[in-house]
Amino acid sequence: MRKKKPFSRGVMFLLCLVFSVLFLLPTVLTFTNSFMSESEIRSNYGMIFSSSGGGFVSGHVNLKFIPDRVTLSQYVSGLIKSPYYLVKYWNSILLVLPIVIFQVAIASVAAYSFTRWRGKLRDGVFFFYVILMLMPYQVTLVPNFLVSQWLGIINTPWSIILPGVFAPFSVFLLTKFMRRIPYSLIEAAKVDGATEWQIFRRVCLPQCRSALYSIAILVFIDYWNMVEQPLILLKDADSQPLSVFLSNINSGEIGLAFAMATVYMIPSLLLFLHGEEYLVEGIASQGSVKG
Amino acid sequence: MKERRREKRHNRLRDLAASLCFLSPSLLGVSVFFILPFGVVVYYSLIDGVGSRNFVLFDNFRKLLGNSAFLLAGKNTLLFSAIAVPLAVVLSLLLAVMLEARIPGKSSFRTFFLSPMMVPVASVVLIWQVLFSYNGSVNEWLGFAGSARIDWLQSDWNIYVVVLLFLWKNLGYFMILFMAGLANIPKELLEVADVEGASESYKFFAIKLRYLSPTVLFVTILSLINSFKVFREVYLLTGDYPLGRLYMLQHFMNNTFRSFDYQKLSAAAVIMALVMVVLIALLFKIEDWFGKDVEG
Repeated sequence: MRKKKPFSRGVMFLLCLVFSVLFLLPTVLTFTNSFMSESEIRSNYGMIFSSSGGGFVSGHVNLKFIPDRVTLSQYVSGLIKSPYYLVKYWNSILLVLPIVIFQVAIASVAAYSFTRWRGKLRDGVFFFYVILMLMPYQVTLVPNFLVSQWLGIINTPWSIILPGVFAPFSVFLLTKFMRRIPYSLIEAAKVDGATEWQIFRRVCLPQCRSALYSIAILVFIDYWNMVEQPLILLKDADSQPLSVFLSNINSGEIGLAFAMATVYMIPSLLLFLHGEEYLVEGIASQGSVKG
Repeated sequence: MKERRREKRHNRLRDLAASLCFLSPSLLGVSVFFILPFGVVVYYSLIDGVGSRNFVLFDNFRKLLGNSAFLLAGKNTLLFSAIAVPLAVVLSLLLAVMLEARIPGKSSFRTFFLSPMMVPVASVVLIWQVLFSYNGSVNEWLGFAGSARIDWLQSDWNIYVVVLLFLWKNLGYFMILFMAGLANIPKELLEVADVEGASESYKFFAIKLRYLSPTVLFVTILSLINSFKVFREVYLLTGDYPLGRLYMLQHFMNNTFRSFDYQKLSAAAVIMALVMVVLIALLFKIEDWFGKDVEG
């Protein structure tokens, strides 16, 4: 007889609860702490960031969920009083949006090619894309840097956007998706006399709508979070995206940093809440590297 | 006969042209921004100065392998991967198995576990600093428990703080991959095992893990790649010049970029590319061996 095991399921549930708290804590704390006034922040965390700033510094660190008094003052000073952060934020958007749009567009055409025509040579090229996708920045940034220099686009957003547009990640993922479309659909369209472009546009793309969305989310978060590329390719402090700049906020403005950190994670969290199902489907479809 | 063969060849040519049409935007970009310059990188790694035609073959590599900063960075990066990758694989598999059991609130748990991947690291490093500074919360809690304070970020412990951040960020993603893998295991097989009276642990190790081997490989590769990217977390947490164990390969690259030493940069990039290719090939071999009697 098989034993029923309500006990172990209870343990699992408790474990999941513990993990949930650990996973949510940093995000929630960042969010709630962004509504504290600078003086409250200083009295809670003054010990930690006390290298500059002055004012009252507490003897103990005081990790708090709920502010004593909810205030939007940090947001006001970060977003309205000085345009500084807005400029960085805008930089982030200007870098990330073109990469997402064009990477997905170029990848969808390439993925169609990898799906529609197979053969030793093409599979070899595809495998090469996979290897390239797996290369860390330490390898790819040197070639990117050299090309940017030759083209004279170093220190401009283009030095990040152009390599980003051609990054092989979405090609890989979209090909995985498209290869699941029943071949009979394509065959039928061909018999009806559709051109390749029509098959791609009218048969293939509509089938991958959710895939396109999930890949766009994945690409977005990857570049929204970028640090390595701007550090090397953008020397100019004014053109840095907020992801790099956040860590440079002066230690006297910790409250402001919490608020800007919250503002920075809002777009990706909204995308997550809206597209979670697609995202999960997108991640799950990767399956394995081969094939 | 001849007609048909000619027609066949004609079709093949047309297919080739069409496939190239669709592939060319991507292939062109990849060639210009990755492949061709990488060829130049290989070339630079073999000569003794930009503009020189003097092949020195392995001199640059020999110099690099004698460079203490590079060796330290390489050692640290490998150490980090060696700690973080197995933990990531095991823990994310654990999460997936837990969510696979029928527990209440499963989909909320999935959302919670996955949410960190959508939070930019830059946004949460502040909290990490609040928690792990010398005067931070974790030490405060340790104090309540009667234990001595640890200087988390400024001592050899700092690598574990970053491992924690790495796991926090990546586990959800890997968990989804494992959940998909678990869902693909043929149900009949598990039912047969039940009828035969197999134990839970037998079912897990002999059946599920076998079928999961491609996923295990994939998660291992992904977490290996991501562990090479952990510079991001380290930089945001501790800046350009971290202490001891957190000096990563990307720090070495950044500093070399600053000095425009192309020979050093190129040699380092080539070595890392080779190491990656060898590692990935090795993992493929292991997966072949491990999953050979499972189709797929």
